[in-house]
Amino acid sequence: MNETRYSGPVVELKHVSFAYHGTPVLEDVSLMVNHRDFLSVVGPNGGGKTTILKLILGLKKPAGGTVRLFGAPPEKTRYRIGYMPQYASLDPLFPVSVLDVVLMGRLGRGMSLWGYSRSDRRCAEEALEKVEMAPLRDRPFFQLSGGQFQRVLLARALVSDPDLLLLDEPTSNVDAAIETGLYELLHRLNERLTIILVTHDLGFVSHYVDKVACVNRRLFTHPTCEITGEMISAVYGSHVQMIRHDAKGRDGVFP
Amino acid sequence: MTEFIGDLARFSFLRYALLAGFLVSIACGIMGSYVVARRISYIAGAIAHSVLGGMGAARYGEVVFGLSWLHPLLGAITAALISALVIGLVSLRAREREDTVIGAVWAIGMAVGILFIFKTPGYNENLMSYLFGNILMVSREDLWLTAGLNLLILVTGLVFYRQFLAVCFDEEFVLLRGLKVQAYYLLLLCLIALTVVLLVSVVGIIMVIALLTLPAATASYFSRRLWQMMGLSVIFSVLFTTGGLALSYAPGLPAGATIIIFAGVVYLLVAAASSARGGRRFIA
Repeated sequence: MNETRYSGPVVELKHVSFAYHGTPVLEDVSLMVNHRDFLSVVGPNGGGKTTILKLILGLKKPAGGTVRLFGAPPEKTRYRIGYMPQYASLDPLFPVSVLDVVLMGRLGRGMSLWGYSRSDRRCAEEALEKVEMAPLRDRPFFQLSGGQFQRVLLARALVSDPDLLLLDEPTSNVDAAIETGLYELLHRLNERLTIILVTHDLGFVSHYVDKVACVNRRLFTHPTCEITGEMISAVYGSHVQMIRHDAKGRDGVFP
Repeated sequence: MTEFIGDLARFSFLRYALLAGFLVSIACGIMGSYVVARRISYIAGAIAHSVLGGMGAARYGEVVFGLSWLHPLLGAITAALISALVIGLVSLRAREREDTVIGAVWAIGMAVGILFIFKTPGYNENLMSYLFGNILMVSREDLWLTAGLNLLILVTGLVFYRQFLAVCFDEEFVLLRGLKVQAYYLLLLCLIALTVVLLVSVVGIIMVIALLTLPAATASYFSRRLWQMMGLSVIFSVLFTTGGLALSYAPGLPAGATIIIFAGVVYLLVAAASSARGGRRFIA
């Protein structure tokens, strides 16, 4: 959708606050995400990560401050988001095929009156190829492994040709090898797309992501290279130890 | 069984019963699949029980005020649609109280029905047939009505298949794509309500949930996709209603209860066979 004559920030939160039944969840949060940024939103559970996501999606309204998505209220422009929800939010026994799930991403603007069109199907096939799931297009959803499940949801997010990819805990329920594969895929997609991902683990993120927003009621944005022990303990509390995954000894052996 | 087949040629009420079973099976298979896939059989249960309120009120109006056009079926349809909308709106707006409202609609519907039936003069033989169904009492007129409702459910269910499937699978995602999720969900519940009314005439209020869900639940063990589940569950539903009717005929058992027990036994056998295979379904 090349309606990108708008050249301002993709997402802009200004002095946003939010509370659930009187308990403040977010206070004075400001955030700016620009075209082709790769931002990771991290923080402890209950820290407000999911709330930020729902604010960007326009599913929740801020108590104070403003949220802008492509320079407009999110409800008007959220069709430009490719959204990948949490694995756990879906019923794993639901009777749908991989292709059925991906085609759902073609619903909405400009959809045909009856059934999916040939171009819908072609786009779905292409999205499945991007995530290397095309051979499994007829596989029922409930026969997929965790990693395949995530890839199908990613294909569904990509099939509407979005300008912003929003992912909620994309690596929960998958093992480390699949996680790396997924991040490499996102890294490639980032050549064209803006990506925001919400996650509770910092581990792999730092290799691929160029900005990190730490949320625990308040929000601090850092370039990835500045992630320090103090920053992590400020967000997660002091009893977290940092483990360097990239520290290998000589001959690839851990010291 | 031979007695059933022999009498089929002789008695029109048996042919009507058989035809009614076939017709309701179509709506039952399609809407039951949505109910099972979306896991909302308790909503269907509440709608079914609230139907008694509508039937009781209509019967009361018919007898006490002489409103001959006020057929109990009209009351049933009204009550079912109102319940579907009330439950639907509450579940969309205030999710945390959904189960309470389902319970309330369930019980209040029955209470209203019982009060009206109690206040309706004359012998109330109807109560039993409302509660337990009586497929052998289906008239030619009922059949036309059943066929009409069936057509409505079938056409709407198929036209909006894509949207209903997506709303059932992932409501939030569909909302973000810009579809009117609330409208589709309420429409789906209304179609389920109409299906429930159709099934009440076959197995009665109390056993509707079983007839709505058992064919679809059985079919789910053999299907990869929702439309396959729908097709198979229509077939299972025909099998259960026809088989139940035939089995009940010679010993003079209540048809509704026999249909449900037949359906329940088949479902349990399939479920047990699947669990013996480590919970796997019967698909390649």
